[in-house]
Amino acid sequence: MTDMPLARAREIAQQPWGLWWMQAQRLTRIELRRNLFSWRATWIYCLAFIPAVIIFIHLLADTHPSFQMGEDTNILAGIVQLYYIRLGVFFGCLGIFSRLIRGEMIERSLHFYLLSPVRREVLLLAKFAAGSISAVFLFGSAIVADFALMYVGFGAAGRDYIFDGPGLGQLEAYLLIIVLACLGYGAVFLLLSMMFRNPTPAAMLVLGWETINPVLPSLLQKISVASYLRHLMPVTVCGGGIFALLTVETEAVPGWVATAGLLGLIALVLLYSCYRIRTLEIRYSTE
Amino acid sequence: MNDRIIFEDVSKFYGEVLGVNRISLSIPPGITTLVGPNGSGKTTIMNLMTGLVQPSRGHISVLGLRPSDQLELFSILGYCTQFDFFPRGLTGWQFVLDGLMLHGMEEAMAVDLAQQAIERVQLGDAAWRKIAGYSKGMRQKIRLAQAIAHHPRVLVLDEPLNGLDPMARAESIALFEELSRQGMHVLISSHILDEVDRISDRVILITGGYLIAEGNIHQVRQEVHEKPMQVLIRCDRPEVLASKMFAINHCVEARLHADGKGVFLRTADIDQFYSMLNGIAADGLVKIDAVAPADDDANAIYEYLIGKDGSPS
Repeated sequence: MTDMPLARAREIAQQPWGLWWMQAQRLTRIELRRNLFSWRATWIYCLAFIPAVIIFIHLLADTHPSFQMGEDTNILAGIVQLYYIRLGVFFGCLGIFSRLIRGEMIERSLHFYLLSPVRREVLLLAKFAAGSISAVFLFGSAIVADFALMYVGFGAAGRDYIFDGPGLGQLEAYLLIIVLACLGYGAVFLLLSMMFRNPTPAAMLVLGWETINPVLPSLLQKISVASYLRHLMPVTVCGGGIFALLTVETEAVPGWVATAGLLGLIALVLLYSCYRIRTLEIRYSTE
Repeated sequence: MNDRIIFEDVSKFYGEVLGVNRISLSIPPGITTLVGPNGSGKTTIMNLMTGLVQPSRGHISVLGLRPSDQLELFSILGYCTQFDFFPRGLTGWQFVLDGLMLHGMEEAMAVDLAQQAIERVQLGDAAWRKIAGYSKGMRQKIRLAQAIAHHPRVLVLDEPLNGLDPMARAESIALFEELSRQGMHVLISSHILDEVDRISDRVILITGGYLIAEGNIHQVRQEVHEKPMQVLIRCDRPEVLASKMFAINHCVEARLHADGKGVFLRTADIDQFYSMLNGIAADGLVKIDAVAPADDDANAIYEYLIGKDGSPS
């Protein structure tokens, strides 16, 4: 009986990468099973699908002459930039990612993972992957639903716009933006949830930072998720009044640079999170 | 890989609050019981061993592995914590199986080991129910099943008998003894001293974060020089024996047993005491039926060294 774990330990020491990959997959599956469909996440589903409901009402209530397609395209771009990026994905990711570590500490169940033969970095990255899959699935589905509902009312003109015009390209760009937004905000909120017992005040500071970021010097703009995403928008949103602050374009950046920049930022945040989780202590009494 | 759990001058401070201070231990295989009042540092020692908290100073190794070597350490160690909380929505079966799957083993093997572990703790069909509906005893059992499922060499059990009925306690203790016989390290913290006392190979007494004593229970008892040892002698003429023994200066107390067929004697020199007793028996003055230490157990040692309220009596 006692020889088995010894043999297993030797085996592990010889081939860690394969094991880490397998453990990451299994942890991700466990997390998805527990968290993807949960009553507690109802408010996040609402956040994601509120625009779809409004667009659906618009589809039923309004006529859709083809000359209005340009206006609806701008409205959809505004929904993505002003609602999803600033609010929906932001708060959705706050709910999803802050639950992964901090939520388990509050529920006093994190120790089960820390007592398994899994490197803490693997645990963190697997939880991040599970959170990202959940968020991308939810908000990606919502964007696809918004897009379909926005153009279905235009009939043949809408189909032409999507399949023979710029429509599909715009949808791809929106999906890329949503994926990057989920990864970016997810990484930030995962880190904040390890740094603070209640990450919400810190998240509000991040929201403030993201809001004033367009008017900051260009070096500081690089420390922001939304600033990278702005450069990937397929349709420029011209905001007026208070929205001007949210949509101001201060420095043109190619799409690939914005994508690489944001991925770099995510990697840096995850790297620091890995460092934090190495020294994380289980002291539930202080939660 | 050496076969000991070693603490070298380990201290842990939670901010300004002392967890444990300058603890040095070398724990061999067998059953070791951590004894001490609430807040004495028992759980801190277990959490330090398993990396759930990091030491402020000192070094820890478990069979040659550091607590930060998670991959290797948790392949050979199982920890049944006293945290009575579980990941949401799981059945007992899923809880044990998920833990095993994280070891990287094939699913068929994990299923087999989960089955064995659940049978070992005698949870039966309840394993298929949600843990949220379990009684405290069942939750204790499923945690134990998860801790032993991967056949660890070191088993750390924080208050494993809490919440168990007498039958389940007896079964658990029998399981710990069996695991110990197989050469495992079984480290137990428990308040139920009467029961763990019988199976412990050694005790570690701790209070206020400080190590008070460690070793075999009998050795520890003999080292408590300021407390004369108490011995119960069953014999036909206890009053004669009491008068004879009381005449020697290291016998400090003699008290007749309530049934009149024995005497409790307290002595400051147990070796000389037994020598005298042998002499009296050989002379035929008294017919001795049985001799048994009356305060040579974890309870008595706890009371002498730590006291019922945390201060030595």
